[in-house]
Amino acid sequence: MSVKAALLATLLAAASAGLAQAQERVVNIYNWSDYIDPAILEAFTKETGIKTVYDVYDSNEILENKMLTGGSGYDIVVPTADFMARQIAAGVYQPLDKAKLPNLSNMWDEIMKRAAQYDPGNKYAVPYMWGTDGIGYNVKKVNEILGEGKRPGLEVIFDPAVAAKFKDCGIYVFDSPRDVMGAALHYLGLSPESKSPDDLAKVEALLTATRPNIRKFHSSEYISALANGDICIAMGYSGDMLQARNRAAEANAGVEVDYSIPSQGAQVWIDSMVIPKDAPHVEEAHIFLNYMMRPDVAAKASEYVFYANANKASQAVMSKEVLEDPAVYPDAELFAKLYTVTAWDAKTQRLATRIWTKVITGQ
Amino acid sequence: MQRAISAVTRRLVILIPYGWLLFFFLIPFLIVLRISMSTSAVAMPPYTPVFDWSEGWARIRSALSELSFDNYVWLAGDPLYLNAYLSSLWIALVSTALTLLIAYPMAYGMAKAPTTLRPTLVMLVILPFWTSFLIRVYAWIGILKPEGLFNQFLLSMGVIREPLIILNTNWAIYIGIVYCYLPFMVLPLYSALEKMDHSLTEAALDLGCTPIQAFWRVTFPLSLPGVIAGCLLVFIPAVGEFVIPDLLGGSETLMIGRTLWNEFNGNRDWPVSSAVAVVLLLLLVVPIMLFQTAQARAERAEREGR
Repeated sequence: MSVKAALLATLLAAASAGLAQAQERVVNIYNWSDYIDPAILEAFTKETGIKTVYDVYDSNEILENKMLTGGSGYDIVVPTADFMARQIAAGVYQPLDKAKLPNLSNMWDEIMKRAAQYDPGNKYAVPYMWGTDGIGYNVKKVNEILGEGKRPGLEVIFDPAVAAKFKDCGIYVFDSPRDVMGAALHYLGLSPESKSPDDLAKVEALLTATRPNIRKFHSSEYISALANGDICIAMGYSGDMLQARNRAAEANAGVEVDYSIPSQGAQVWIDSMVIPKDAPHVEEAHIFLNYMMRPDVAAKASEYVFYANANKASQAVMSKEVLEDPAVYPDAELFAKLYTVTAWDAKTQRLATRIWTKVITGQ
Repeated sequence: MQRAISAVTRRLVILIPYGWLLFFFLIPFLIVLRISMSTSAVAMPPYTPVFDWSEGWARIRSALSELSFDNYVWLAGDPLYLNAYLSSLWIALVSTALTLLIAYPMAYGMAKAPTTLRPTLVMLVILPFWTSFLIRVYAWIGILKPEGLFNQFLLSMGVIREPLIILNTNWAIYIGIVYCYLPFMVLPLYSALEKMDHSLTEAALDLGCTPIQAFWRVTFPLSLPGVIAGCLLVFIPAVGEFVIPDLLGGSETLMIGRTLWNEFNGNRDWPVSSAVAVVLLLLLVVPIMLFQTAQARAERAEREGR
């Protein structure tokens, strides 16, 4: 009899645990690795009682493949804007319920305006962090070659005569045709949005001329290559360059890395939080988004990842170290020169990929 | 009765590998084949037509009629794909040959080692698998880079004055593939050589062969099944290798894995990328099947000839 009672008690306990689990509120977040301060997630759970499940990815492609297949089970994902625009067109995300997001009033109109180019009317996305495409460099080597205190611009990649000076100490360029070809168009004085085959042919000529100076096209290896002092110049995302800067400083092996937003102007990337169409916890996702837009939380997020955020109100409470770093928050003059590019249509994309392959492999 | 039961179990046992092939090879292949005959679209999933079984047979039939071989025609139109296939096959071929050259003496030595020592040697060959494949490839970056261990060693020995540029060249890819796939070559060779009857070599020597002749006339032909198995185990994955060329190779190396990646993630064209994958599969499977049928026929002819 007692055995039976014990069994029954266990069963009841298990059942009630299951019930509690069903009532427990969670939000499943799929974000870039190292992209949020764990303390923010803890504080969020403490304040709202909503648990967070946090998974990470390290490339937009991985996220995109998961989103296009559907049924991912995530409530919040954080794509980069040009990828996001295409995914919105494919019907991957659901529109935000703005009545549940009063903190939208804290957002930075300049960034929202740029984000609206990918997400008309800011219907789907809450911008999280933004940054630039620019030049990460080995400070000592650049001082030797370009002169003391010079900050390299796009010429170290696109002007074959300048790039040749860095050939031997090594140039890496990120393997992202949209970003590099957009920058090349901008460098040539053409619109970075141009889809004209003639303009793309000019880009091909420019890239082919400087190709011999570039050691490798790769989208992540440049971080460690810069930090280890294996190369002098890398063109890539500001976030990666700042990571390389930190790693070099931590290693303390005599390598100093810095990041320069090209004086010619730079492409802005924006990572936004969006809710997949088939998200299981839509209500909780909105609460989370609203929480992330609180000025103190946004400031804390920026202080952790060292990126500029899209929250104007947070700048009042943010540490000066982040706010006054020109590699993170460019000054007004440079800010005015930042541009955005939208995703190519399938036909232009195919042409561009083909040109890119031809430039890189010679085939 | 007993016999009937054993016949049934035998059938069941045969069914398991066939079921495995059906679920993990044939069905995925058919899915890829079907995507390769679709058209890419901005949608979820990113291609049309999509088969919706709930919409009835008529809808399925019209979806079937939308499938076409256009993507295969596209592949034939741009030399890029052909060049990528050829360069992948070439890199795989060179790597397989190098692996065989290194693995054969190793396997031979292992097979000739004292019986008590052999399990330890086999263990040592498998040991690298205990570390993540990716970490081992990354380690090669540290070894091969201009100021890496290998160059430091050669410089300090006075063999070279300038560091060799190996990283980001095809040589780095060969080194990476040979290193990573070596166990897959050594193990089948070892198992073929270990089973070999030693008295056959002794007989060849007694009958006047030099040791080298005895090796080529007796040992090597008898180890051929191991050589073939090892070469296939190295060659097939090497053709589609993506990680090693990506990390160790230069940007100018064109391989089919990279081309697939570009189509899938760059152009977001799942159908063309599926077509590339199907052609790659046919390129690998058809010659192997032809080879197997030829071999089976030769064996049968030999048996009947006796």
